[in-house]
Amino acid sequence: MDHLPALVNEARAAIAAAEDAQSLDQVRVRFLGKKGEITALLKGLGRLSAEERPAAGERINEAKQALQKELDHRKQVIDELALQAQLEAERIDVTLPGRGEANGGLHPVTRTLERIESLFQHIGFEVAVGPEIEDDFHNFEALNIPAHHPARGMADTFYFDATRLLRTHTSPVQVRTMQSQEPPIRIVCPGRVYRSDSDLTHTPMFHQVEGLLVDEGVSFADLKGTIADFLHAFFERDDLEVRFRPSYFPFTEPSAEVDIQCVMCRGEGCRVCSQSGWLEVMGCGMVHPAVFRHSGVDPERYTGFAFGMGVERLAMLRYGVNDLRLFFDNDLRFLSQFN
Amino acid sequence: MKFSEAWLREWVSPALETQALADAITMAGLEVDAVEPVAAVFHGVVVATVTAKSSHPDADKLNVCQVDDGSGAPVQVVCGAPNVDVGQRVPFARVGAVLPDDFKIKRAKLRGVESCGMICSASELGLEEGRSEGIYVLPSDAPTGQDFRAWLGLDDHTIEVDLTPNRGDCLSLRGIAREVGSVTGAKVSEPTVSTVVARNNAQFPVSVRDGEGCPRYLGRVIRDVDVTAKTPLWMRERLRRSGIRSIDPAVDVTNYVMLELGQPMHAFDLDSLEGGIEVRRAVAGERLTLLDGQEVALDDATLVIADRNGPLAIAGVMGGESTGVTPRTRHLFLEAAFFSPLAVAGKARDFGLHTDASHRFERGVDPDITRTAMERATELMCAIVGGAPGPITEVRNPATLPHRGSVELRRDRLTSCLGVRLADEEIQRIFRSLGMTSSVSGQTWHVQVPGWRFDVSIEEDLIEELARIHGYNRLPATQPEARLELAADDEATQPLRRLRRHMVSRGYQEAVTYSFVSPELQSLIVPGGVSPVLANPISSDMSVMRHSLLPGLIKALTHNLNRQQQRVRLFETGLVFQGPLEDLTQTPMFGGLICGPRSAEGWSVSREGVDFFDLKGDLESLMTMSGCLEEWRFVSASHPALHPGRSARLERNGVPVGWLGALHPHIRSQLDIKPDVYVFEVEQAALTRGVIPKFKPLSRHPEVRRDLAFLVEESVGVTPLVEAIRAQAGEWLTRWQLFDVYQGAGVEEGTKSIALGLTWQHPSRTLNDEEINQLIADVVQAAQARFGARLRS
Repeated sequence: MDHLPALVNEARAAIAAAEDAQSLDQVRVRFLGKKGEITALLKGLGRLSAEERPAAGERINEAKQALQKELDHRKQVIDELALQAQLEAERIDVTLPGRGEANGGLHPVTRTLERIESLFQHIGFEVAVGPEIEDDFHNFEALNIPAHHPARGMADTFYFDATRLLRTHTSPVQVRTMQSQEPPIRIVCPGRVYRSDSDLTHTPMFHQVEGLLVDEGVSFADLKGTIADFLHAFFERDDLEVRFRPSYFPFTEPSAEVDIQCVMCRGEGCRVCSQSGWLEVMGCGMVHPAVFRHSGVDPERYTGFAFGMGVERLAMLRYGVNDLRLFFDNDLRFLSQFN
Repeated sequence: MKFSEAWLREWVSPALETQALADAITMAGLEVDAVEPVAAVFHGVVVATVTAKSSHPDADKLNVCQVDDGSGAPVQVVCGAPNVDVGQRVPFARVGAVLPDDFKIKRAKLRGVESCGMICSASELGLEEGRSEGIYVLPSDAPTGQDFRAWLGLDDHTIEVDLTPNRGDCLSLRGIAREVGSVTGAKVSEPTVSTVVARNNAQFPVSVRDGEGCPRYLGRVIRDVDVTAKTPLWMRERLRRSGIRSIDPAVDVTNYVMLELGQPMHAFDLDSLEGGIEVRRAVAGERLTLLDGQEVALDDATLVIADRNGPLAIAGVMGGESTGVTPRTRHLFLEAAFFSPLAVAGKARDFGLHTDASHRFERGVDPDITRTAMERATELMCAIVGGAPGPITEVRNPATLPHRGSVELRRDRLTSCLGVRLADEEIQRIFRSLGMTSSVSGQTWHVQVPGWRFDVSIEEDLIEELARIHGYNRLPATQPEARLELAADDEATQPLRRLRRHMVSRGYQEAVTYSFVSPELQSLIVPGGVSPVLANPISSDMSVMRHSLLPGLIKALTHNLNRQQQRVRLFETGLVFQGPLEDLTQTPMFGGLICGPRSAEGWSVSREGVDFFDLKGDLESLMTMSGCLEEWRFVSASHPALHPGRSARLERNGVPVGWLGALHPHIRSQLDIKPDVYVFEVEQAALTRGVIPKFKPLSRHPEVRRDLAFLVEESVGVTPLVEAIRAQAGEWLTRWQLFDVYQGAGVEEGTKSIALGLTWQHPSRTLNDEEINQLIADVVQAAQARFGARLRS
């Protein structure tokens, strides 16, 4: 009984010395187990007198509880250390790249087409498409370009025979839409177009988006507003200067070319804008009454505007591409820059 | 159209600097393409007179000259030009002068003789392309001592305007000046052209047999001319600044009048003409040798100028060689005609030509300027080559001359079209400045359009004229108004956009390839496929329309393989063109290919190459987007471009809509493609057509799963087996999984083991073992009966 304090000290030292759960358990068994040394003291209480017994019992129990508490505490510490060690062992290099398929990407022409389509869809235009092998009527006649019209020389046409050709613009889709649908009409016509021209700045195939709005009371002012809004939105620059220059297309009257302040040099003059500070980006105008008549729309009741733009040109300006031909090489080093 | 700024300013000279003038022209709708100085930068050059010339003592080809440069004392200069001579007026660069390209003239010794300056050639002064022959000899009235630049007016610009085809009226100084006057408000002064009095009665008969093609023809004889006379320098300079080379006085004068007034003219050698002039259609079989030496065969669609012996010129296009003016020409016959645009349109192109005359006649020449032009040309011609003009012979057909009626313009139409009300005074000013006379009745203008405006015939044309001159950029800009109508939206159909993005998220790059391909490549991949052939392709390898997306994709693949790209995943969407023109389909397709390692090189991936099932997985994933993978079948079938054992026809609801497979090794070797390539192509419509999801109640009762392994011959397809099993597995089968396909040790050779997990669930009760065992017995029996499948123990 007298060696209880020494025993407790011994137990405390052993607890503190235990480095892992197993040796700690051995300490517990040695002192507090069924055959443990403290337990043995409790068993030895019977040999004491009845007067001594309660006090002695209390002391032993106190010691036992205190040790148990220390054991628990030590257990917690050891578990925590073990967890720490395990976590340390499980450390990985989080800077390694992730697994799985990397994304590919849309072609820059598609990316640009979709952007143009969306901008117009947001103000109620629908997307309309049509055939690429067209006939003379839809590509020329209906658009007020009869045979031998000097404007036929404006577009070098790919022919299959006397009347069948590759469309030189997406305007035939406008004609087809007007033939089949009552105004109001609000469409954009994206797609491939073809002209027999191939050099540094021309490819024999390219993409256009043309737009058409036909309704009662549509004015040239509406055309100007729509085009300016579109260009501001497309280039995300509200201060982009836009100007309208009189021009000629057989299918519109009045007709205009649209210039924007050069987006490369902000109008200072550079190689891209041939030092002029301006870039020609679109053609547009009020739908010619002859086109309405060919398409079955009453030109006295309805007016409308139409516009057309080259997609590659806008993509080049938007993304800074300096060589048109890259669009059709499909070189992964080019394509992946737009992912 | 190119012209000199100084020349234009003789007609109209607004208070604008050169660039501002060019901008004003552009903003009128005549796009200025270029503004260039007419001479390179130089200074210190004066007009000088060569006063003495002697041979250089030590050089055969050099002369030692004395020149009078107006400074008082003669100046010694060594000159190497063979044509230098005493008495000539020449451009002389004094010591201290700076010639183009910063070439500084210094005092020098040439083979021991002092030379103080340089006598210049035209090219040394940047006045001629290439290298001139000898020094530039000036007219004898050039004032000695005067600054050469100032004397020749070289501080001038050439303005080049890119005219739209409707503005034939601006193919002259007269037309450009009118436009400039209109947009700037500056006064336009036309040079006065006086009537030349005939000095004899010489005439050459003219008869016009095609009045439609030639409503007006004027001819005039000028007798006793000397066409070896030299065209004056001022005229040569104006022609040069307008991009036209000086030839001889006859050609120079007709070109000058064409530039000035817009009237193309022609000069014949009168002695080479027989009988009289006939303006008529050619007779099939007639031939003509043109001025450029080309001999052409004519037909009855071609309007010609002929004489008794046959055609002399293609009307409005080009004259003939045999009747052209030569140094020996004694008498001239001048022609000024109005040929109708339709008679000339396309003719030059038919003969592979494009001339200044045809360019103008196709677009329309002012039918009222003919006589003025003839008088102007006569006056200028006689001043150079002398001679005595006869009276003008004119044949005129009023019925076929262009008739410009009055065009109506309604006030409300104008205002509603432009979105703004223009003031009456401005409208009248604009009409007047464009040579249009107008009268008003009520709210309508009646506008008389001048003869030169072939492009103004309807109300909208007048609206454009007003808007253009008022200034497009001064017009308002508004946003169109519309009703907020909800558009229809087909939920079942997948937008193509989504399908494209799906491919992107599976690692594909989108390609855009040409719609025309090489016929060789196409017939390799689609042997026997018929598609339209271009009549005028850019090149033979872009001459046939694609029957399939695959040729283009494969070309893009080889482009990348040739540039050290090993892993290629491409897709494309677009039309394919199948059938002859008479029975053509233009079908939107979706195609793609994969090649190279399955995964991009990385730290934790294998470098295995792709196989059939990689691409099939991508394709199934695409098909799943429509929500109906069930409706698709991959049917083993052969395709000429594909490996016969690794190709499948794609069917949706039993309808063939595409192909999937390995590119045939034979094609790979022909195209020198080393790795395996897997390709697919499928109709877009089949991929985009989907269904709207339909809800089924969830069962609260437990599922039962049983795994079964069958042994079948290796030729048995998994899908038919699974379909047979599912057909027997009853309506409570909710799911099935193919979890193993095995061949090898433990399985008899020539057979394979197919392991399936089948899961049943009843909507409203728990299934018991007996029911399940019965279903399994049915399944096993059906598999055995149809495919000889045995249950693996």
